[in-house]
Amino acid sequence: MLQIRKLPLIVFALLIVVFPWIARGVPAIANYPDLMVFAGIYCLITIGLSLLMGYAGQISLGQAAFFGIGAYVSAILTAKYGMNPWICMAIGMVAASIVAVLVGVPSLKLRGHYLAMATLAFGIIVFIIFNEEGEWTGGPDGLIGIPGLNLFGFQFNSVEKYYYLVWFFVFAVFLFTINIIQSRDGRALRAIHVSEAASSATGVNVSRYKIVVFVYSAILASLAGSLYAHYLNFINPSTFDLFFSIKLLIMIALGGMHDIWGAIIGAFLITFLSFEWLHFFEEFEIIVYGLILLVVTIFLPQGLAGIPHMIKNWLRR
Amino acid sequence: MEKITLASQLFQYLITGLTVGSIYAMVAIGFNIIYNVTEIINLAQGEFVVLGGLIMVFFHVAVGLPILIAFPATVIMVTLVGILLDRLAIRPIRQPSVLTLIIATIGASIVIRGIAMIIWGKDPFDLPAFSGRTPINLLGAVIQPQYVWVGGFLLVIVVLLTLFFEKTIIGKAMSACADNPDAASLVGINVKQMISLSFCLSAAIGAVAGIILTPIALMDYNRGAMLAVKGFGAVVLGGLGSFPGAILGGLVLGTIESFGAGLIHSGYKDAFALIALLAVLFIKPSGLLGSVEVTKIKKF
Repeated sequence: MLQIRKLPLIVFALLIVVFPWIARGVPAIANYPDLMVFAGIYCLITIGLSLLMGYAGQISLGQAAFFGIGAYVSAILTAKYGMNPWICMAIGMVAASIVAVLVGVPSLKLRGHYLAMATLAFGIIVFIIFNEEGEWTGGPDGLIGIPGLNLFGFQFNSVEKYYYLVWFFVFAVFLFTINIIQSRDGRALRAIHVSEAASSATGVNVSRYKIVVFVYSAILASLAGSLYAHYLNFINPSTFDLFFSIKLLIMIALGGMHDIWGAIIGAFLITFLSFEWLHFFEEFEIIVYGLILLVVTIFLPQGLAGIPHMIKNWLRR
Repeated sequence: MEKITLASQLFQYLITGLTVGSIYAMVAIGFNIIYNVTEIINLAQGEFVVLGGLIMVFFHVAVGLPILIAFPATVIMVTLVGILLDRLAIRPIRQPSVLTLIIATIGASIVIRGIAMIIWGKDPFDLPAFSGRTPINLLGAVIQPQYVWVGGFLLVIVVLLTLFFEKTIIGKAMSACADNPDAASLVGINVKQMISLSFCLSAAIGAVAGIILTPIALMDYNRGAMLAVKGFGAVVLGGLGSFPGAILGGLVLGTIESFGAGLIHSGYKDAFALIALLAVLFIKPSGLLGSVEVTKIKKF
């Protein structure tokens, strides 16, 4: 999607701003702002992942690891060493980007989807480290006592305050990412997705672009992890397992990987499905996810965000 | 009691490693069969192994069929799952790209895992070993009779596959699809059938791996992902698409894992094979027996 229109963005922003007021008035959705905090955190990850999948044509199955790196760096440095959370957040992002370079450079230099398998292996290794290095990470029991966030004395100590903080980040990242997509670099990325050979022939440094996007997606996931840790004040490894990486993949596939709105739609739907609407399925939840993934890849390759486009094409016929 | 020397200890790790490695090699062969015909990395490969183990438990333990009947019945069931996977998840995709195909196999693997969980629950299952559990003593190492079965089956699979690909028309047709699907279809080979057949074959091998692994390591619904990743590690280690590479890669990976867990840190048992996978990508992405050209030309 070359043009991101302003109107939907403004409408969306206004909805996000007024939503907590609406939720206050309707008891049935009183807990929704809390869910929206998680949806926002997941949006941060999916925006990066959608850039990687939809624009650079690469797949990461280890995004949960970067999410975890952000969360654990923040948690360990603040809870154990009492450091400033904002500095820890930045350290987490630096750590995630270094790791992303180490994993990404060798696998992205090869053609095709070595990155998928490398990130899959990497994600499992990191998950094992979170479990085994109990001295640092608290092992399977996790870490408690992670402080909340404050800025110049202002405490983000309620769901609503944190809601606005998270969504501020989401919008900042969203706008920044749109700017990338609409720039020369964005055109280069789309060119890579269509044909690596052709774009490389016209002077696009293919592997460099792919690495930059992968690192960007890792940084966003790390930021999301830090926000997650400071919101819950507690983390344990099970949040960052392989299934979470796959859940992120489902968000992107469901929302639509060729449109950055798809990342937002997918994160929303899967968050609400998993926290609220799928309770009814309990054990069957996992099958529902698998079916979503299959049905979407077969019948809706552009995801939900591609539906308006499909309808337009259909009407024109 | 015999004294446990360091040498016998190391020999023990080697034997265990080669046994587990044989299983990884079988998973890796399964990956390669499908990859060579379709260029798909079938991430549901581990699920075939799980189903092999669990369906065998059902036939042999729950229903009480003798091994000689339960074994082929299980392999046929899992092969059917392989055909279904191709028909329901791979073939319907209208604009297949490597990316969407990988996503589809992930979706399928989750569905299979979920169904397995509903049928068998979350607890691991045991299967009686084929010829008892009286260990054989060899050079101070303890060898389960089942280990011998595992090695034997790997050998049988390798011999049968070699005969199939080199002596039969269908096998040669499959190899032709692997080389160049367009040319293969021009000389009258039904590529779609070959793709189906590749899913059958690799499901069958996965099933065998699951059946012979279960008496050693038990089986539960959730083992598929890890088996698939390690099998793929063996594929990369040996060189994508190479059958001798898959066997060598599997055996080396199993040995690395066994020594790593025994000598360094058992908590990191599952990590060693994956670290090896990453290391190969860093150092020699074409693998031990793969050629650099294939790595660069092939779509994957």
